[in-house]
Amino acid sequence: MLGRWVAVIGVVFVLAACETADQETLETGAAQPAPDSFAPAAPPPGSQEELAQRIGDRVFFGFDRFDLTPEARATLDRQAEWMRRYPNITVTIEGHADERGTREYNIGLGHRRASAVRSYLIALGVPASRVDSTSYGKERPAVLGSTESAWAQNRRAVTVVN
Amino acid sequence: MTTARSLGGRSAVIPISCLAVMVCLVGFLTVAGARAEVRIDITQGVVEPIVVAVSPFYGSGPNDQTYGRDIAGVIEQNLTRSGLFQALPANRFPQDPSALTAEPIFGDWQVLQAQALVTGMVAPEPDGRLRVEFRLWDVVAQVQLTGLAYFTAEDNWRRVAHIVSDAIYERITGETGYFDTRVVYIAESGAPDRRIKRLAIMDQDGFNHRYLTDGRTLVLTPRFSPTAQEITYLSYFSNKPRVYLFNIDTGRQELLGDFPGITFAPRFSPDGNKVIMSLGVAGNSNIHTLDLRTRQQEQLTGSASIDTSPSYSPDGTRIAFESDRGGSQQLYVMNADGSNVQRISFGDGKYAGPVWSPRGDLIAFTRILGGRFAIGVIRPDGSGERILTEAFHVEGPTWAPNGRVLMFFRETPTADGRGRVARLLTIDLTGRNERLVPTPIDASDPAWSPLIP
Repeated sequence: MLGRWVAVIGVVFVLAACETADQETLETGAAQPAPDSFAPAAPPPGSQEELAQRIGDRVFFGFDRFDLTPEARATLDRQAEWMRRYPNITVTIEGHADERGTREYNIGLGHRRASAVRSYLIALGVPASRVDSTSYGKERPAVLGSTESAWAQNRRAVTVVN
Repeated sequence: MTTARSLGGRSAVIPISCLAVMVCLVGFLTVAGARAEVRIDITQGVVEPIVVAVSPFYGSGPNDQTYGRDIAGVIEQNLTRSGLFQALPANRFPQDPSALTAEPIFGDWQVLQAQALVTGMVAPEPDGRLRVEFRLWDVVAQVQLTGLAYFTAEDNWRRVAHIVSDAIYERITGETGYFDTRVVYIAESGAPDRRIKRLAIMDQDGFNHRYLTDGRTLVLTPRFSPTAQEITYLSYFSNKPRVYLFNIDTGRQELLGDFPGITFAPRFSPDGNKVIMSLGVAGNSNIHTLDLRTRQQEQLTGSASIDTSPSYSPDGTRIAFESDRGGSQQLYVMNADGSNVQRISFGDGKYAGPVWSPRGDLIAFTRILGGRFAIGVIRPDGSGERILTEAFHVEGPTWAPNGRVLMFFRETPTADGRGRVARLLTIDLTGRNERLVPTPIDASDPAWSPLIP
């Protein structure tokens, strides 16, 4: 289930990036599904596009949780391997929360999630100097609406190539 | 609660000799020693609103008449919005502004059930300023309760109306007013998934609105300095949440502190000398202070949890904050040095964002229960919890400087469920008088100023 979200969001990101060429789009993941006929060009090696499309640029969390699920660990294992392949890349982990918390607590919660991801990547051998983190709390939902599905996709940590 | 008790002894008009001061007592009788006749005790549960008639202030020319009408309008708005007053409609007034330059014919106002009457006069000064004078009359006891004159630049007329409103409120309730105050808040626009948020400031009634930042940087949670024209707030300048100090007059902003992580949830100490905030490092958020004079930083909590939303008691000796150290968000109170931590919330749900009342008697909070948000108050010892308002999403209470009214924001889902309409509201401590605060666009994170010095 989570894996499918990652795949869908990855394709959607490519679409959005083509439209706007705006790095901000990373945080927003538009909602339209990609048409079947859409065939993206191979993403540039070591790019955000490649990370999102081929590796998975985000992991998801349970409600008010910051522990990494097995799916999240699998995604981060691939991210660590990908970062080893491109030793000049640095990233920022952006932690997010769903709308069902207060503003200040959710900044703390997003920080907790980003820190969990950062620690895991460092434990896998990624130098700490290559991984920064920040938190957006509930300020930048990836998916709009007040549904379980929207909340689940908003409780996330996104790895963003600097 | 009104009592009818008459005081005799009228005197001639007190000559107004104002020297350098802006305010003069005016009156048809000596008010020294006069006791309140029309009086509301707002410390006692529900009160019956006082019926007040606010006459347009008299002016001899069209310019003065316009100011006189507008000033009276602002006063009437302020008083009725407080929920403590009910305005008598102007079309029932038995006397016009020019007749009311003399002592009112009280009997004519009594038959209309008016209990209080506000009259006034606007006149130009030789130096171009306005002289604005008002009198508050007890219609039942047939006495003047107070009367003051102010001198002001014409474009400052709203401020005079607020100051007069405060004088009336104080004379009748015995409590400090809160109308001559401002509000900073976050003005919101744009798509719901990439909201543009700007710092904005306005009078407490929504007028004199102005944006303080341009929206290029995400900003959140502004809070007023108790002593200076400064705001502390959260800005994503450089894409990380950090606490900044913003000067309202100059627009200059300054990063606060040299902390090894993200900083958020700032608030001033009551003396204005410190900013208290959360510092997030390696997943944990703990409470720190920064002394604005010495730049000394101090850590107050050290738990493996999210400790945030710190708020000082008005005497500066204690701090309320929220923490999930016990498994879920709850309210705690500790000494200002971080010692003697006590949990004070034990109800169902999560408790967040404590804000200590300027009176010291209550702590406002946001509660999340069953997927709904509520604003409530609780005593600092954890007793007397009361919910004032509840909705899909309400958050961020801020106290009027007299500790009798709260402002907060409410978000309502749009018809398609994907967006939100965000509005500021005020509510009094009875929870019965909830009023929308007008803003040009969507609004959140309000912070009430102290009384303007």
